Amino acid sequence: MKKFNKIMSVVMASAVTAALFAGCGNADEKTPAADSSSEANNAEQETEAADDTASASGVFKIGGIGPTTGSAAVYGIAVQNAAQLAVDEINAAGGINGVPIEFKFEDDECDAEKSVNAYNTLKDWGMQMLMGTVTSGCSVAVAEKTAEDNMFQLTPSGSSVDCVKYDNAFRVCFSDPNQGAASALYIGENAVASKIAVIYDSSDIYSSGIYEKFVTEAANQPFEIVSAEAFTADNKTDFSVQLQKAKDAGAELVFLPIYYTEASLILSQASTMGYAPIFFGCDGLDGILNVENFDTSLAEGVMLLTPFAADAEDELTQNFVTAYKEKFGDTPNQFAADAYDAIYAIKAAGEKAGITPDMDMSAMCEAMKGAMPEITLDGLTGIGMTWDASGEPNKAPKAVKITDGVYTAM
Amino acid sequence: MSFISYLINGVSLGSVYAIIALGYTMVYGIAKMLNFAHGDVIMVGGFAVFTIVSTLGLPPILGILIAVVICTALGMAIERVAYKPLRNASSPLAVLITAIGVSYLLQNVALLIFGANTKSFTSVVAISPLKLADGQLIISGETIVTIIAGIIVMICLTLFVNKSKAGQAMLAVSEDKGAAQLMGINVNGTIALTFAIGSALAAVAGVLLCSAYPSLTPYTGAMPGIKAFVAAVFGGIGSIPGAMIGGILLGIIEILGKAYISSQMADAIVFAVLIIVLLVKPTGILGKNIQEKV
Repeated sequence: MKKFNKIMSVVMASAVTAALFAGCGNADEKTPAADSSSEANNAEQETEAADDTASASGVFKIGGIGPTTGSAAVYGIAVQNAAQLAVDEINAAGGINGVPIEFKFEDDECDAEKSVNAYNTLKDWGMQMLMGTVTSGCSVAVAEKTAEDNMFQLTPSGSSVDCVKYDNAFRVCFSDPNQGAASALYIGENAVASKIAVIYDSSDIYSSGIYEKFVTEAANQPFEIVSAEAFTADNKTDFSVQLQKAKDAGAELVFLPIYYTEASLILSQASTMGYAPIFFGCDGLDGILNVENFDTSLAEGVMLLTPFAADAEDELTQNFVTAYKEKFGDTPNQFAADAYDAIYAIKAAGEKAGITPDMDMSAMCEAMKGAMPEITLDGLTGIGMTWDASGEPNKAPKAVKITDGVYTAM
Repeated sequence: MSFISYLINGVSLGSVYAIIALGYTMVYGIAKMLNFAHGDVIMVGGFAVFTIVSTLGLPPILGILIAVVICTALGMAIERVAYKPLRNASSPLAVLITAIGVSYLLQNVALLIFGANTKSFTSVVAISPLKLADGQLIISGETIVTIIAGIIVMICLTLFVNKSKAGQAMLAVSEDKGAAQLMGINVNGTIALTFAIGSALAAVAGVLLCSAYPSLTPYTGAMPGIKAFVAAVFGGIGSIPGAMIGGILLGIIEILGKAYISSQMADAIVFAVLIIVLLVKPTGILGKNIQEKV
């Protein structure tokens, strides 16, 4: 109790001191200016203050989080760039409900802890809605925080089931299970192969999630899974055994529900051992052509389940690809497309809900939550996309093939 | 046929572990310390070759030589700056903790310089794969070179330690540091030489590791480093042939475990083997049973 009193007295004392200082400040401002120069200063200050309040209430602050460095940097950079592109376009066209958007992106290096830190940084900045995060693990961690704060969250590419388990969170991409099921469906319906091997990362939620649904859906399909081998995060350089087993089992197609870093190793080891099946992956393989110093000829013929191909001929895609190339000097991947759609989905829902920048975070979230299931978006990753209240998107699956070092629509 | 293929892959992986384990075991045998930064010297070797060959476009042989020089210098510098001042510290833990610190330092410096993006390492081996039994059995050039390099390194090292004067000095220092000094052996010089050789081997291991598994990140050396430590303990820490045998056995166990037990349990199997060996034969396969004299 004594200690408590001591602490209290210190707190009280500092509060009183602070009040005194504050009083000083106020008194100063109220003192009529003695000469013209200080008057001018005061006037300047007042205008600045007015500007500040205007900018605080005059923009929507949208934050983004994703890995712009690290093993999944290709994704984060694409999302950051494409989101900025969409924001610039929307601002040029008058913003959301006539209010411009301010966009800020933070790096999380694909690490859940850093992602939560990035979220807190953005909140300090004054973020009102979150477009992120890019990868599943981080997205799940940040979703806990956004649910606590009741902040509207739309992840472009967080595909694990738990990313949208709270009702404030939505996503643009397919969920992992849906990717697994869609891959099985695609391979079965298009008769790509009849004997299939799977190599997946059992220590990764994304990879094992897709794998489980793939196996479930495969039971209904005319192909057979002849080999299913796993690896873990601590043992992801040597794939000779997994490939040898797939080869021995006579697999014509190897399904790789994994990220591109490991996939690039698998491709090079398969080529060394003279094994050339069809490789089929999900959105995690997107980015394989950008691995530094990687021999892209190894990726020739690799198929990816992805909602976006940069060479698709529709006007929307072509305009987006041209603008992206012009600005960032690179061909956009599907993560870029997801992010671009995410920003436009926020715009569409924001207009439907009639949000204004002076709403508090929670009220804005409630309004957006109600509006999301009511919008229909013609985006890069699907025509007539709609959302469930659960946060899942509805759109048709598509696949692309790598030919001559670029993604080609099939 | 696939069994033979697994076996060859196991020997290849094991040879890399063995070369790394040699570095661990020599340093332990002579300086009586575990150099946990050894795995990260491998990574430095990998990045040195990557920079020289892929970025500067110089021939691989030159790259390897420069990498060996860089790693040797780095190993000696680490020993001089981080370990030597602590050699007479009251607790042997001090130098162990420092080694862990050096390991993180190297990883983070590499992270700063090269970034965390995975680099695809261009193999320095120009030998085309060997096809046996109508293409049923394919042995990659990297595998052949790794195994041969492992054998050459072991023979050279054994000859060096047993035949040369410096090698004899190493043996003497490992037996009794104090007595060796009384006999006129430069103990500090010998320990520095040990670090130099260990680090040069780390450079070679780095090149082989990255050629066989062409992905390079600042953390590339960490896991192989730990596995090689297991191999060194497995074979009997302090023993040169022990490290070689331990490394190769560990590689074979890992690959066969992956193939016939469970591909996701590979690491668990490796460490389970370590525990069993330590329970049955605490000094490792070739370790000497030294009785503590009171």
